[in-house]
Amino acid sequence: MPAELILTVAVQGILTGLVYGLMALGLSVIFGVVRVVNFAHGEMMTIASYAAIVAFGAWNIDPLVSMIPIAVLLFAMGYAMQAALINPFINRPEHSQFILLAAVAIIMVNGLLMIFGPDARNVLVDYALDSIEVGPLLIDKVRVITAVLALAITAGLFAFFKLSRIGKAIRACADNHMGALVVGLNVKRLYALTFGIGSAIVGAAGAMMTLLIDTTPNVGPVFTLQAFVIVIIGGLGSMPGALLGGVLIGLTEAMAGLFFAPSAKTMFGVAILILVLLFRPQGLLGRKA
Amino acid sequence: MSIKLTRRQFAASAAGAALVAGSAPFNIVKAQTGKLKIGSIHPRSGFQAQLGIACQRGIDLAPRVLQQLGIAADVEIMNADTESNVDVARARAEKLINDGANVLIGAFDSGQSAAIAQVAEQKGVPYIINVAAAPQITEQGYKFVFRNFPTAPMLVGDGLNLMKGVFEKSGITPKTAVFMHVNDTFGQSMAGAIKAMAPRFNLPFQITETISYDPQAKDLSVEIAKAKATGADLLMPVTRLNDAILMIREMVKQRWEPKIVMSPGAPGFYEGQFYKTLGKFSNYLLTNVPWYNPRSSMTQKLLDEFTKTYKGELFELNVGFSFEAVMVAVMAHNAAKSTAGAALADAIRKTNIADHVMAGGPLQFDAKGQNVNIKSVTLQNLDQRPKVVLPLDIAEDNLTLPLPSWQKRT
Repeated sequence: MPAELILTVAVQGILTGLVYGLMALGLSVIFGVVRVVNFAHGEMMTIASYAAIVAFGAWNIDPLVSMIPIAVLLFAMGYAMQAALINPFINRPEHSQFILLAAVAIIMVNGLLMIFGPDARNVLVDYALDSIEVGPLLIDKVRVITAVLALAITAGLFAFFKLSRIGKAIRACADNHMGALVVGLNVKRLYALTFGIGSAIVGAAGAMMTLLIDTTPNVGPVFTLQAFVIVIIGGLGSMPGALLGGVLIGLTEAMAGLFFAPSAKTMFGVAILILVLLFRPQGLLGRKA
Repeated sequence: MSIKLTRRQFAASAAGAALVAGSAPFNIVKAQTGKLKIGSIHPRSGFQAQLGIACQRGIDLAPRVLQQLGIAADVEIMNADTESNVDVARARAEKLINDGANVLIGAFDSGQSAAIAQVAEQKGVPYIINVAAAPQITEQGYKFVFRNFPTAPMLVGDGLNLMKGVFEKSGITPKTAVFMHVNDTFGQSMAGAIKAMAPRFNLPFQITETISYDPQAKDLSVEIAKAKATGADLLMPVTRLNDAILMIREMVKQRWEPKIVMSPGAPGFYEGQFYKTLGKFSNYLLTNVPWYNPRSSMTQKLLDEFTKTYKGELFELNVGFSFEAVMVAVMAHNAAKSTAGAALADAIRKTNIADHVMAGGPLQFDAKGQNVNIKSVTLQNLDQRPKVVLPLDIAEDNLTLPLPSWQKRT
């Protein structure tokens, strides 16, 4: 097998993995602080994708631009969801939270089906089919842009949690819920803020995703599952873990597709998940409970 | 425990029972000669939704067009969505039958159609398959299952024959080929048929690589990189719609330009959504596929009605075969003068319609319930719509090969 083919596929896998990582980051952030797994994660991302498609169709706005207002919109949506819907369920058993968010996900999918129908929609910007030549390699331009943005957003988020006062307060809530209450932090507000931030990331990822794949209402549950697999591999609640998990899945699937049957490539991603659950249940970069 | 019954109560009960028993046969007769209830069952949501909706359009138009053609169509269409899922298809088929459907029509997908066929056969309700190619469906000895669509070996046989015609007409003879197929029931049937039949057709090329992929794949970059590395002259894809779009998009990105891209008989390249999404990149691709006969007067009538009703949508084979399925059911109903399953199945078995929509011979079913008279054509995407280029007697345009460079297209 030619070396340039292996290299091309590896680079594509890593770039795709970075976008996967961004997709899963929101889920990880929310779980890390609020301790609720957002089972409507993929569906929220699909809403963001449709928002980007509408913005492009109606006003010809590039998704890389519309991702900013969409992230703000999703922030508001996430904040409202946490404040109004999820906060009352915070102390309830996990299965109640699961049912609540699964119901929200079903409503979202069916709402999108009612509004947009089942047809696949996409955004075809001028550079959608461009490639960058690097020596003998041809690399998809859109993947490069989205991967760089994924890295930038992750770095920005990391800086926010490390350096800002609100970020530190959110981390305090995550580290010691009782302690945060004792020192007078408004934990419920911080939870809503965290859910909003996680949703904003999902919004940005959803807008970017329209450049890579076609969107249908039914793609939401697939994203949710994939994000869930990635954060479990990387470690629930770990931001670098989400990115690492994404890259690992992207690279593994790409290589499995190249060296084995492409139709079986998702099997290898799931195999990694099983291995992680067996030998490092807290995830690659996760902390032990 | 004993129940005491007075003489008056006994007389009233007996009279009631007699009334019910007496009227029951009339009810049955009424049910069997009344309106024909057609259960239309297709994937109208999920990853095959666009294709199921295209089939539904053919079903919905049929009663009106048949009336205009002078064929009495006393029908009620009952709709069900398989959600692109085999188990849901089975459950919906049972529900349609329980709700009174006299005939089932569907289901675009081979796996879903096979599940529906089992239910229809168990319940003794005729099932007319409009689109589904897995050969095993009509090899089970079913008495109530009919298919007005070619099997995978028929598709492949016609497709390989037409390939030779394309090579001859264009003067381009590929030496190597890559076969890429979606890994579902249909894709596997086609792969099996190609493997078994290709040696018999004395084809000038060798299949150097076979690549299968997930039907719900969101990315085909690895698959295309692998195919490109073979340097093959010909790409033979067996796709659905979404993966066909992904495939061509990825070929453009990776600048892979084989001389010919020709599907041996699969959906994807000729669907409306394909043209809308890919624009200029949809042109020049070839598909050997059963298609409507553009010269048939019935096709023209259906096409006129379709264009009026679904402005901007593409009239294609899913619409045509679905229309024909309703036509078969309606004509069988008119002939049998009954809605009873056995009578309808007998009438469908005797179907013989010379003038119809799809290309090929008369619409008839063999002992297995298979229409063996359907013929494929070669379509080429030109001006962002499918045009018949072979056989020459019904050709709408000239064949254009080799595939022009992606970068030089305007």
